[in-house]
Amino acid sequence: MRNKIVFVLGALAAGILCWQLYNILLVLPNEKDQGAIYRIVYFHVPAIFTGFMGFFVALGASGAYLATRNLKYDAFAAAVTEVSLAFATIVLATGMIWGRIIWGIWWTWDARLTTMLVCWLIYAGYLMLRRAIDEPTQRARLSAVVSIFGCTDILIVWKSIEWWRTQHPAPVLSVRDGGGMAPGMEGPIYWNWLALMCLAAVLVIIRMRQENMSREIDSLRRLAHSY
Amino acid sequence: MGHYLGSTFTIAAKDLRSEFRTKEALNASFAFSVVILVLFSFAFDPSSEQLQTISGGLLWLVFSFAGALILNRSFARELQNDCLDALISSPAPAGAIFLGKTVANFVLLMIVELASLAVFALFYESHFGVQLLPIALVIALGTWGITVIGTLFSALTVNLRMREMMLPTLVYPLLIPALMAAMTLTTDLMNGTPIGKENGIWLRVLAGFDFIYSILAVVFIDVVLVG
Repeated sequence: MRNKIVFVLGALAAGILCWQLYNILLVLPNEKDQGAIYRIVYFHVPAIFTGFMGFFVALGASGAYLATRNLKYDAFAAAVTEVSLAFATIVLATGMIWGRIIWGIWWTWDARLTTMLVCWLIYAGYLMLRRAIDEPTQRARLSAVVSIFGCTDILIVWKSIEWWRTQHPAPVLSVRDGGGMAPGMEGPIYWNWLALMCLAAVLVIIRMRQENMSREIDSLRRLAHSY
Repeated sequence: MGHYLGSTFTIAAKDLRSEFRTKEALNASFAFSVVILVLFSFAFDPSSEQLQTISGGLLWLVFSFAGALILNRSFARELQNDCLDALISSPAPAGAIFLGKTVANFVLLMIVELASLAVFALFYESHFGVQLLPIALVIALGTWGITVIGTLFSALTVNLRMREMMLPTLVYPLLIPALMAAMTLTTDLMNGTPIGKENGIWLRVLAGFDFIYSILAVVFIDVVLVG
């Protein structure tokens, strides 16, 4: 059953991405100020939506673990965080490429960029902490606390850096009163978001399975050593 | 409530007494701060105007590095002779143990900070006299932020193999909002700008950070220490 879900979601993600890639590269015209490079937004924005959503899901899963002490939630939190960190890396990388072309610099200490980097550092710390603890329940317990502290911190960082002058382009999506994009140009963002969410779901399911399996192997090993 | 406060006070007094007898962490931390302050003189021209604009940042870097040395030892010192287990199984609530240790760390870090502030004033011709009270308030709030997060993570990492490495990796990204606020305010105050409409927001960020994390830490310390 689970395999079927993985294949269906994977095929859906691949299908949408191919269709939108055709749309983005061959159908849509260049943007009038930025030229061809603006197309990176179709991966940058969906990746950040997916990544941030993942971090909040991880927060929920960490809370659920602390409430129920069921290790499945811990495996879920770990898998979601890892996948979201990958998407956060995509956001930083695509953003830097765009910045190099449009701003002429790879990096600037602007509010959104800094927040994203802090977010990345916190969750990288979370994954490092997981590697440093061998005992599964201790690992689950402590990393859940770090996840909750990390997520709170991101909200504070987000609010506090807002007062710095921001260089990042204002939101262009119509749902946030931006309305800066031509109607036909906005669609691919949402389609790609859907595709990336499917992709993220596939990765999380696979990663979770690995996590559960490695825990099982670990407990079997402990059992074998105890005889 | 009386029992809680009493236990907090007892733990804080115990930690301070044992530290004042050996002065291990205090000496190491202060010596380290002086070394960093000397190293700074090679990083930029110590007599330049530029120093005025980065003085707050320099000071808080020194404070947070010095803090890491004190915080690393906070719970690690209880590992010998299984003192940590004895503490946890004592009638003192986990929250009181945590708060007691936080208060002790706060006092120790404040001592190191005041001493390094004097050294800083000597080496770099700074003027604190103008805004003494506001500077003291900012330093107290910033130090509480460092100690509250640091003590919690000191408890969290105490049983890890790579304790000394994990603590700074996890703590510094989380401290960013507090350090950012403290650095901005300290620089302003040292240049003679009082806390007003422009920078008042940073004082709120700092106070809010302290408030949120003090509550979160007391709520989650049971999970971290006891399980």
